[in-house]
Amino acid sequence: MAIEGDLVQMGAYVGAGLACTGMGGAAVGVGHVVGNYLSGALRNPAAAAGQTATMFIGIAFAEALGIFSFLVALLLMFAV
Amino acid sequence: MATEDGGTQLNIHPMDQFVVKVPSWLGGGDVGMFSITNAAIWMGVAVVCIVALMVLGTRGRAIVPSRSQSIAEVLYGFVHKMVEDIAGKDGLKYFPYIFTLFIFILVANVVGLLPGSFTTTSHIAVTAVMAMAVFLGVTILGLAKHGLGFLNIFWIKAAPLPLRPILAFIEIISYFVRPISHSIRLAGNLMAGHAVIKVFAGFAVVTLISPFAIGAIVAIYALEMLVVCIQAYVFTILTCVYLKDALHPHH
Repeated sequence: MAIEGDLVQMGAYVGAGLACTGMGGAAVGVGHVVGNYLSGALRNPAAAAGQTATMFIGIAFAEALGIFSFLVALLLMFAV
Repeated sequence: MATEDGGTQLNIHPMDQFVVKVPSWLGGGDVGMFSITNAAIWMGVAVVCIVALMVLGTRGRAIVPSRSQSIAEVLYGFVHKMVEDIAGKDGLKYFPYIFTLFIFILVANVVGLLPGSFTTTSHIAVTAVMAMAVFLGVTILGLAKHGLGFLNIFWIKAAPLPLRPILAFIEIISYFVRPISHSIRLAGNLMAGHAVIKVFAGFAVVTLISPFAIGAIVAIYALEMLVVCIQAYVFTILTCVYLKDALHPHH
């Protein structure tokens, strides 16, 4: 059975799809950050308001690694 | 992506809304160096909205504020407190720039949610300029203020000595990917959200699932309303964190 068409482009698209699975890891990380913030906040609600900014910084850092997999996907789609 | 359903052709083009083009009422044609595109128009709309809110809204300076004045005051106080809490008192010198970033991103995001509009902040070209400006500004500021002492942010004194070179390597990488993650976070979130709305709008032409699709559009629109505010907040808070690193590199 012969495969016709642009194999390189097919590989790039499959790779882009695979790279996007890395964003699931970022989802787990963000959920972990917020979940732990919430469990801490429910134990000590008085201290919760002061830590919201820290939580958002933590989310941003966890999300950054998911963004890199998205970037790899974008590069494979449009740049390679 | 084309499916037959009772004679109607299901055509979903979620990425068409991000095409930069000269609108037809301005003559259409190719996008050149100085042509007025839909991106430029909607950026201008965002700036006009900001001026209307901040300048006209606070013109009265009433003791009991009007609605627009209290919105402007709440936004100003919110960002002022954020800069003061994170970057410290000496970071307040850079508050006007950070507030400009925040209000532009927020208003451009919200204006981009209007049906039929163009979301300028969904383009990496726009967000990358803002992120690069923050990155270069913060780096130059740190080097000018502390000289080579600024490099202390890569050399962590709190860690044991054998670990420090490894940590320095990781810190240097994480420092130089800052503008990338900073810009793609904003652009990616907005692009993804708008594309999802468009996908469900494509499903709405199928009679069988259109009630579900329209409900999903409403729900995702509400979620996007939250996301655009949070992304503006996250962009600003990260700018404050980077500014803090430049002002106080040794900790």
